[in-house]
Amino acid sequence: MRTGRTLTALAAVGLLTLAGCGDGGTNAGGSGPGGIKPPKIDKLASLGAGEGQVNVVAWAGYVEDGSTDPKVDWVTDFEKETGCQVNVKVAGTSDEMVTLMKTGEYDVVSASGDASLRLIYGGDVAPVNTDLIGNYKDVFDGLKLKQWNSVDGVAYGVPHGRGANLLMYRTDVVKPAPTSWGAVFDANSPYRGKITAYDSPIYLADAALYLMKHRPELGIKNPYALDDKQFAAAVDLLKKQNELVGEYWSDYTKEVQAFKAGNSVLGTTWQVIANLAVADKAPVEAILPEEGATGWSDTWMVSAKAKHPNCAYRWMDHIISPKANAAVAEWFGEAPANKLACAQTADKNHCATYHAEDEAYFEKVWYWNTPVQQCLDGRTDVKCKDYAAWTQAWTTIKG
Amino acid sequence: MATSTLDRPAGGATAARGPVRRLSAWLHRHAGVRLAALLAAPLFWLVVAYLGALAVLFVSALWTVNGFTGEVVRQPTLDNFRTIVTDEVYRTVALRSVGVAAAVTVIDTLIALPMAFYMAKVAKPRHRRWLVVAILTPLWASYLVKAYAWRVLLANGGPVDWLFGGPGSGPGYGLGATVLVLAYLWLPYMILPIYAGLERLPDSLLEASADLGARAGRTFRAVVLPVVVPSVIAGSIFTFSLSLGDYITVQIVGGKTQLIGNLVYVNIGAANNLPFAAALATIPVLIMVGYLVAVRRSGALEEL
Repeated sequence: MRTGRTLTALAAVGLLTLAGCGDGGTNAGGSGPGGIKPPKIDKLASLGAGEGQVNVVAWAGYVEDGSTDPKVDWVTDFEKETGCQVNVKVAGTSDEMVTLMKTGEYDVVSASGDASLRLIYGGDVAPVNTDLIGNYKDVFDGLKLKQWNSVDGVAYGVPHGRGANLLMYRTDVVKPAPTSWGAVFDANSPYRGKITAYDSPIYLADAALYLMKHRPELGIKNPYALDDKQFAAAVDLLKKQNELVGEYWSDYTKEVQAFKAGNSVLGTTWQVIANLAVADKAPVEAILPEEGATGWSDTWMVSAKAKHPNCAYRWMDHIISPKANAAVAEWFGEAPANKLACAQTADKNHCATYHAEDEAYFEKVWYWNTPVQQCLDGRTDVKCKDYAAWTQAWTTIKG
Repeated sequence: MATSTLDRPAGGATAARGPVRRLSAWLHRHAGVRLAALLAAPLFWLVVAYLGALAVLFVSALWTVNGFTGEVVRQPTLDNFRTIVTDEVYRTVALRSVGVAAAVTVIDTLIALPMAFYMAKVAKPRHRRWLVVAILTPLWASYLVKAYAWRVLLANGGPVDWLFGGPGSGPGYGLGATVLVLAYLWLPYMILPIYAGLERLPDSLLEASADLGARAGRTFRAVVLPVVVPSVIAGSIFTFSLSLGDYITVQIVGGKTQLIGNLVYVNIGAANNLPFAAALATIPVLIMVGYLVAVRRSGALEEL
């Protein structure tokens, strides 16, 4: 039978490919922080007339024109005022955003800290002339010119908003109330099988943060800069945690349902998830543990190859304007970047709930960052584990 | 571009008929050319879209990714395969995936055999059509809806827990739940080939077997089973390969379980490491090739 023979031949070819090829080159090392400068790209000198449209890469919920919910709309007015038609492409992950921006088809992107540096050093985004963005002066100082949105004092973007990864627990089950991340790492936890954790390699930073406070001898200074020994300790901690975990979550609706039903009673969360769970009558509470937490701080960046730079600047100015920034912060469930946005939220307690004005709260938050070989904490005598290593380790942890 | 007049047949009915007729006469004499012309398009499709894609998969599995910029480095190396072979976790996950696929196949076979037998041999002929429709109806509903429905059913204190006697007594989310839901999802793909196989079995054979004094068990072993085994294997190709590649169900009800599909997905989606994902994706390809080679002798491939 001919099909069979072809299949056998294919299998043989596959095996030969596996066995036959020799040693190739090693993985090319990354460039980036640690002496290497981003490509020189000029920022926009002055604002000209709009080009009629702007292509945006954004997280879901960041660019709403009323098509999801007629009441949720901060795009239509912008289009009317500026004449810039907004074309949005929603990306699901930071890596997807990086890939999309590399095509050069898009003008602006809402990059998280684990994408922004790659975009800067890849030469995919240009420095931003903040003088052209009127609302920039009202952005919280705690967000300006940070490691993930600037290089050597040059701003590469406009802060959008921020949030912290919190510890959520069922108040009717978990007693006494936890105050430390130790609750999710305790090998003798009575909640074995009902603990949950965020399903992403970036969760390694949560373990590193815990070790930073409880195993000072490891010398972790930044949970995103881990050398071999520190990395091994974090991986080890998470492997032990794996035995306690009931399920990992990356879809927030899944976590809401798991806490409501009681499949999960303790684990990491976002503020928006805690609010949804409470609205769903689940007896939960979310706290910022004593060790602090990891979190995110998103930045609007403009492409180095932007075809519509003037509309892109107008969009960046608009999205951090008090009203639009308040609307998006409420819709997504995060703290706005603009100080004046707090007066514009529909729920007057929004900024208090999300600690928007609480710099002391955010000082305890380590925003997501891209782990690279050149240690982010400034060490030059060791190599740190890069994100590819984090990803492979995450697979091993889950087993 | 200038078109040469030689490229085109001259216009006019009489002039056109000459070359066409000559061509058809020539084709009539050359059967091989005729066949080649007929098969060229589908073969081109098969080679480019299926085998070509597989070849690209194999080749890109030999590349790597620059850790910082995410660019693919097009230098052939076996690093990806070395990681897969030496790292224990990939062996574990591959074995687990095969185990899940095998368990789903066995469960589906056990449920599908009596159901298909009832549909093909016991039910009244005018009911059969409706039974087939009933088996097919679940396929109309979205895969995701069904998987999320099972998530609710299996939740703590949900209906399944209640069946087992209270919150926390059921299987909960995990490997067992994954097998259960996959078995539910792929059941129609097992029932239909077995039903088709049994329908071809003439009733007179069963009657003859009974007339010759065979009991139900003997008839099943000696008459039904030889007919139905190739159908079961045909169905198992569906259930096995669909389960082997699944990554959504296990995300929804699998708790912390990960299968090959999840690893491929994570390496594409989260890690932006297409070459490693390609290397991982060759595992199920090799398993399926092995499976197909093993089952082709049974004649099951003719049952598809």
